[in-house]
Amino acid sequence: MLLTITTTVRPATDLGYLLVKHPDRVQTFAQSFGTAHVFYPDASPGRCTAALLLDVDPIKLAKARKTPDLSLGQYVNDRPYAASSLLASAMASVFRTAMRGASRDRAELAATPIPLEITLPALPCRGGPEAARRLFEPLGWRVTARPVPLDPEFPQWGDSRYVTLTIEGELKLSDALNQVYVLLPVLDDSKHYWIAPDEVDKLIRAGEGWLAAHPERGRITRRYLANRRGLVRTALARLAEADDRPDDALDRDPIDEEPVASDPTAAEPGDAEAGTEAAAPPVPLAERRIQTVLDVLRAEEARRVIDLGCGSGRLLSRLLQDPYFRFVAGADVSPRAMMIAQRRLRADRLPQAQEERLSLFTAALTYADDRFHGYDAAVLMEVIEHVDVPRLPAVERVVFGDARPRVVVVTTPNAEHNVRYEGLTGFRHPDHRFEWTRAEFHAWAGRVAGAYGYQVRYVPVGDDDTEVGPPTQMGVFTR
Amino acid sequence: MTELESPDVKVPELRIPEMALVVLVGVSGSGKSYFARRHFAPTQVVSSDHCRGVVSDDENDQSATADAFDLLHYIVRKRLRRGLLTVVDATNVQPRSREQFVRIAKEHDVLAVAIVLDVPESVAMERNAARTDRDLPGHVVPRQRRELRRGLRGLHREFKRAYVLRDEEIDRAVITYERPWSDRRHLTGPFDLIGDVHGCRAELEDLLTELGYAIERDPLGRPVGAAHPGGRTAVFLGDLVDRGPDTPGVLRLVMGMVAAGAALCVPGNHENKLVRALKGRRVTVGHGLAESLEQLGNEPEEFREAALAFMDGLVSHLVLDAGRLVVAHAGLKEAYHGRASGRVRSFALYGETTGETDEYGLPVRYPWANDYRGDAVVVYGHTPVPEPEWVNNTLCVDTGCVFGGRLTALRYPEKSLVSVPAHEVWYEPVRPLAAEAAAAPGSHRESGVLRVTDVREAVETRLMGRVNVRDENVWPALEVMSRFGVDPRWLVYLPPTMAPAPTSALDGYLEHPAEAFAAYRRQGVARVVCEEKHMGSRAVVVVARDERVAADRFGADDGTTGAVYTRTGRAFFPDPATTEEFLARVRAAAGGLFTDLETGWLVLDCELMPWSAKAVELLRTQYAATGAAARAALPMAAGVLDRAAARGLGVAALRDRVVRRSANAELFRDAYARYCWPTEGLKGLRLAPFQVLAGEGRSYAERDHLWHLEVAGRLAAADEELFAPTRSHVLDLNGDESAAVAWWTELTAAGGEGMVVKPLPPDGGGAGPAPAGPDGERRLVQPGLKCRGREYLRIIYGPDYTEPEHLERLRQRSLGRKRSLAMREYALGLEALDRLAAGEPLWRVHQAVFGVLALESEPVDPRL
Repeated sequence: MLLTITTTVRPATDLGYLLVKHPDRVQTFAQSFGTAHVFYPDASPGRCTAALLLDVDPIKLAKARKTPDLSLGQYVNDRPYAASSLLASAMASVFRTAMRGASRDRAELAATPIPLEITLPALPCRGGPEAARRLFEPLGWRVTARPVPLDPEFPQWGDSRYVTLTIEGELKLSDALNQVYVLLPVLDDSKHYWIAPDEVDKLIRAGEGWLAAHPERGRITRRYLANRRGLVRTALARLAEADDRPDDALDRDPIDEEPVASDPTAAEPGDAEAGTEAAAPPVPLAERRIQTVLDVLRAEEARRVIDLGCGSGRLLSRLLQDPYFRFVAGADVSPRAMMIAQRRLRADRLPQAQEERLSLFTAALTYADDRFHGYDAAVLMEVIEHVDVPRLPAVERVVFGDARPRVVVVTTPNAEHNVRYEGLTGFRHPDHRFEWTRAEFHAWAGRVAGAYGYQVRYVPVGDDDTEVGPPTQMGVFTR
Repeated sequence: MTELESPDVKVPELRIPEMALVVLVGVSGSGKSYFARRHFAPTQVVSSDHCRGVVSDDENDQSATADAFDLLHYIVRKRLRRGLLTVVDATNVQPRSREQFVRIAKEHDVLAVAIVLDVPESVAMERNAARTDRDLPGHVVPRQRRELRRGLRGLHREFKRAYVLRDEEIDRAVITYERPWSDRRHLTGPFDLIGDVHGCRAELEDLLTELGYAIERDPLGRPVGAAHPGGRTAVFLGDLVDRGPDTPGVLRLVMGMVAAGAALCVPGNHENKLVRALKGRRVTVGHGLAESLEQLGNEPEEFREAALAFMDGLVSHLVLDAGRLVVAHAGLKEAYHGRASGRVRSFALYGETTGETDEYGLPVRYPWANDYRGDAVVVYGHTPVPEPEWVNNTLCVDTGCVFGGRLTALRYPEKSLVSVPAHEVWYEPVRPLAAEAAAAPGSHRESGVLRVTDVREAVETRLMGRVNVRDENVWPALEVMSRFGVDPRWLVYLPPTMAPAPTSALDGYLEHPAEAFAAYRRQGVARVVCEEKHMGSRAVVVVARDERVAADRFGADDGTTGAVYTRTGRAFFPDPATTEEFLARVRAAAGGLFTDLETGWLVLDCELMPWSAKAVELLRTQYAATGAAARAALPMAAGVLDRAAARGLGVAALRDRVVRRSANAELFRDAYARYCWPTEGLKGLRLAPFQVLAGEGRSYAERDHLWHLEVAGRLAAADEELFAPTRSHVLDLNGDESAAVAWWTELTAAGGEGMVVKPLPPDGGGAGPAPAGPDGERRLVQPGLKCRGREYLRIIYGPDYTEPEHLERLRQRSLGRKRSLAMREYALGLEALDRLAAGEPLWRVHQAVFGVLALESEPVDPRL
């Protein structure tokens, strides 16, 4: 909520001309989410400081949002204090002329690098002081970033995500302002409250002359724009809160994420930017998994297939593309995943022949469901590891006991293979409740097959490492 | 029962089962609609003309006929599924069209009855000519009549029952309704339901004696009857015969009891086969049938005949006690209750199989009881079990007497089990009897299979009737429940939300006790208790006395002895070992309570502290973060403003404001910090129970809160380290409330969250938070109103909420939805506990619990 800009150019008070704000006046600008004040705590020929103080009204802010947000975080949050995108937004409206680099009275000075010092006392900064340095230093700033502790009386809680940031350097004022304007929301990783449209145009305008050469331009662009998307809050957020949890604690990325493999031939590359056009890039593990599932389904002559826990629908779309599969269904418990699947499959505008082959519905695998009945095969691809172990018997009863398709295909990570992933500690995904070794998986699968009258065979997915086995293990249950 | 005649009697009597599909047959103008109007209610009649009108706006539009019949069939199916008598008003002169209705009736296991109105062509033509709304080509009626006549002869092959009425018979006919044979709803018992006897006459005598029946004997000393002095009725669940040592003896006794009205009997598959054998049909003699035939061969011919007549006349299932009890040898799924058809009979006698066989080569039975969702109790035999266990309101009482097990009876409506041991192993079982671990008799081995349809329906509650759960709230709840919830067998309750007291107008306050007291006073409540509101995380503790109770009562098969979970059903502790350690402490403290309340398990509603134990992520990302940002920014802003002021700029007001906000931010930090302290394992945790929700056979949720506090006090005294006491203050609403206000002020000034005000019965009165109003009607009174402290509310409404301009706006808050939500969730919570305490099936309990979670996702201001 506070930004100070200091210059020691002589006369320093020329800063007033550049900002088009008189150093001896206090000016106030109404914003949709509060009030911006501009004043000068110092205004001597040797040193002049302009302060932009943004008084955010959280209630007004809440009302300005289009989607009804029913989480408490809307009312009790850091927006009134932190240098968020709201401050960037206020900068754009209050310092518009200066950011364009125009000045009626000091045109030459506006085009000249001058000594500047900019301070943000509470800058939300994902990645801490290091991240701030990485973004500002390449632009010629000297960076002082001090982390703010969460609560001095609870040192065990560690540092907050805020830093008190001071940057010093010799830059054109317009460049300095534009850089801060763009980098504030990039550093801040939380929800944003953009009011104006056309963010791409704004980014290009504000980034003129510096962004293209910035070593982190990819990250800057991505985060600037990605964060612009207002978070669609669902009723899930409320449930998380009822449970004393942060409101995004329930989010689970649709299952496709894999850690970076240290052996590039073993699994998929983790970062799309990493190895770009190398010769014959390895087939991603997710793709190999899908291919193996498709092969197994064909071998078992399963033409009616239901994907239980279909997530964002990657397997479904492949099943749909293949006319071998006469009918394809997908079920997932996450309404968000279902929405993504709908979009991926263009489910609302499929040609009729395709539409008649597809069924998508929300369902939970711990509840028996008649809609699971009548398929040749059910696929649980990377699903069981998202179920708490004590709840697995319920899933077994629903799938093997109640739905009872002729074929059940189950894939799950092979925990033994985890040592092949660079820097992986813990599980491959934060929502995994367990990851099994081959022996553990076989024990489970054998027991389930016995209890429900299935035979089971095992198929490796990905390269079968002689020592630790394949990255993914698959059980094919038939009866 | 085929009747194809034109009754010559004056008044033709048409006998129709109460649940049937009546198919009227007759040419256009034969008077079908008139006949239907005269004999049936308008809603019972489905007319093809009407359906044609519905789909085409023109009852005569023949091009709409196919669609009209689609609709007509749909309506007929819906009605039959719901067990309603349905009359089809269409010409139905072609066998092809009648055949469809016979098939639909069969699908729904009801009888199809044809009533043909056979009028002369001239009469029909005349009537049609008189109709202004219809212009029928001249050839139509003769053609229809030709078709009708042609089919008439074969009608009895199409319909099991058909009536043909001619001329004046049509007007004179009367309809009499037949009750289905299975309908014995008027018999209310009490009953003793006895499992498979299989010729074990001596054991049957033992059991009847044990049940209190006096056995009557013939001069040879053979038992020929038994009567209960208390007027109880024995119900034999079939398979009286075969395998055992004295099939004739058993038959003689049971036949005597049935003839005397002291018993009812349904047939088993063994009776069915024995009947066929006695009738001389070719059957494979095995499975103990040989013994029966041999034993019966030694009996006189008249006994054999009587036994054959008895067994042959048995009705395959019976619906008793106003529909609350259904008996059949192999059980019966709900859709078949009260219906009559070959497959209903077959299900009742043999059950359904999946078409697979098990490791002993025996057919795998379709586990219909897992899917059973009916209200009626179904008691059956057929499948020997080591111990009878309730599954979804069904109970199998065949405990394999003939295999050396026991002969068992269920007393109904008491639902208690009585059994006697077999004298010896009379017959070696193919499959070992105790193939699985035996549970305690009468326990609830839940299938654990919940169906998604269980949670998608409105919930009937005792307090508020139907509570609707909207689909858009079902799905998020389904996700939370399935991804994070503890095992539904332990998730027996979720706490309802609570509404705050009406908004206070007092300077500086948003909530104040005076408003809570006034609200209850307005509703006629005379006495309330103010309970300290602990600030931690809500926790429900389900604790069984031991592993055995956990297994028998909750079906826990993984060694867990209870659960500790949050408001949304998540396990409180990430690892099961900590949960068990915690439960052990609770169990130890609860010690005497199990005995006093005569229960093997308890459900406690509690607050688990500190807040930081579970909410640390929320604290870090939201509360502490907000405080940290404020602490970093505001003092610096104040400094900048100081310098500006020193330059003579007019920033005084702005500066004051920033300084005030800085102070508020500090108060905000202090507010949350009070509820945080370090914990390690169980060390540092405090549990504040404030309600005993339920135990075996009883929900305590509506019991006087002072009793609850007393029990909580006992727990606190038993383990002072873990349990935190809950302070309270009782207030007579007709008296001076200043002491209660002072109590709250003091509590909150010392950092307390606030209090909950709950209605009490008038001094010395009974339980119940809902006193009768002046009109004597029970009105719904909020079960509690929370009244939160001024400082605590900074956590909820933000650090600066006490600033007058904010308070003014916040006072506009509207409480209606929150109150409604609190009430509905309360009703669901009570319902869950009632169902749990009454030992209802898991799905019934889960339905109410799930409802609470679903309602929690309704959009309501979270600050309330």
